[in-house]
Amino acid sequence: MSLASPAIHVSDLRKRFRTTQALDGVSLDIQPGEFFGLLGPNGAGKTTLISILAGLARADSGHAAIMGHDVVRDYRQARRALGVVPQELVYDPFFNVRETLRIQSGYFGLRHNDGWIDEIMHHLDLVPHADKNTQSLSGGMKRRLLVAQALVHKPPVIVLDEPTAGVDVDLRRSLWEFISRLNREGHTILLTTHYLEEAEALCGRIAMLKSGRIVACDTTRNLLQLTNEHCAQLRLDAEAVPAAWQTRLLRDADGCWRINFSEYLELETLLADLRSADVRVLEMRLQEPDLEDVFTDIMKRT
Amino acid sequence: MMTGLPALFYKELLRFWKVVVQTVVAPVVTALLYLLIFSHVLEAHVEVYPGVSYTSFLVPGLVMMSMLQNAFSNSSSSLIQSKMTGNIVFVLLPPLSYLEFFLAYLGASILRGLIVGLGVWAVTLWFAPWQMPHPGWLLAYALLACAIMGALGIVAGIWAEKYDQLAAFQNFLILPLTFLSGVFYSIHSLPPFWQAISHANPVFYLIDGFRYAFVGQSDTDPWLGLLVASACFVAISALTLALLKSGYKLRY
Repeated sequence: MSLASPAIHVSDLRKRFRTTQALDGVSLDIQPGEFFGLLGPNGAGKTTLISILAGLARADSGHAAIMGHDVVRDYRQARRALGVVPQELVYDPFFNVRETLRIQSGYFGLRHNDGWIDEIMHHLDLVPHADKNTQSLSGGMKRRLLVAQALVHKPPVIVLDEPTAGVDVDLRRSLWEFISRLNREGHTILLTTHYLEEAEALCGRIAMLKSGRIVACDTTRNLLQLTNEHCAQLRLDAEAVPAAWQTRLLRDADGCWRINFSEYLELETLLADLRSADVRVLEMRLQEPDLEDVFTDIMKRT
Repeated sequence: MMTGLPALFYKELLRFWKVVVQTVVAPVVTALLYLLIFSHVLEAHVEVYPGVSYTSFLVPGLVMMSMLQNAFSNSSSSLIQSKMTGNIVFVLLPPLSYLEFFLAYLGASILRGLIVGLGVWAVTLWFAPWQMPHPGWLLAYALLACAIMGALGIVAGIWAEKYDQLAAFQNFLILPLTFLSGVFYSIHSLPPFWQAISHANPVFYLIDGFRYAFVGQSDTDPWLGLLVASACFVAISALTLALLKSGYKLRY
């Protein structure tokens, strides 16, 4: 491992499944310590990319490395450096929580790892369930166990493939607190999620995949500046608006008026026109552009 | 650097030990039922080898049949269950080599086969007198038989995508091979055509050689059987290792 190596390096990765080009020349570098988001619609190639990094799939061409270790040639070192939380809620019904973690630890050659296993179970609230069979755990607890399994060998790079799908609010919050802590402690995090507000809040940098290609890759801040579409919601004391605004202002089912605008000056003009027409604003809400707007916009444009 | 082989081996042992009634006790009871029925019906009418009672003839065949079926079941059912439930990723994500994968599943299958074989043998001691003129042959054939079936179970577990495909493998290949191999009879009692067919069945050599260890008599030379069984094990292991190395149906 070289000190200068990216945590995850992917260059010109291609993978085809019969008629579908799942990855079509993906190149990406994620630096150690980053919290990186990988977004894209279903079938964009996110899970295929993760599977290649994890050694679950083999690329047709291209190169992938974890902490400088090639995922094919140097797969042992690459896999030791990587912890993967799979998307599917899988478990082995033959074992209890502690056995599952001890066995998983053993797969990485770690025999006496109970100290760390206890610590992970503590942080993920798994201690009261340590002796329960995995089959009897709730969905949320099974998800926590998957996270614990991915961390059992203290990997510097952690991949989370839609970890909060179908997870309740409390678990989601505690999971993100834990993952953010791991990131602060120096772990590199690669996250795929359909919850764009999560990606916006957590990820320092984001790549967007579409049809096996990266269509955008930048810091979250820069991506958010790609769109200047703001939205204002107004409740008025009149049933009609000035004629000049009738096409711009759209009425919601609950009687509010909504307008999309790119410059605040437009909003000022609207308010002045409303005053002139003797229409009073009873309530106004402003909505800043979010990652969902950027995502939708980029997916439409590309 | 320690490897993950012992952990995978231990996991496979723990897996079948947690359901010991199904994986060990049940096959022992099944073999006992075979013994009770066949020995009761045929004891007075059949003497396959001079001076050897039918029950004494049957016991090694039943022990071997139980070992074969359970060694196969261990690796094949573990793999198909892991594939169907998706938890196969737990062993695909760690840095386990294909050789470690093979050795762990094979080792656990051999151990389950031997435990079941020992159990069947122990309960048959009430029905047939203790005799063991060639313990070396017993060990060699028991190990080889469990190893062959354990490896074949890995192939079946990797190949099968559904439980019924595995059942087909078991019912249309493993079961006929074990039943048509001289468990209940000597192939010399068969017409010449079926004798020739039996000689092409590697399981026949396993049972015949294993029986030699118990009663000191067999249909063929135990050295020939050892040669056939060893060649069979090498061939099936080579196939299994090639499948695992290529990632066939495991890594896409």
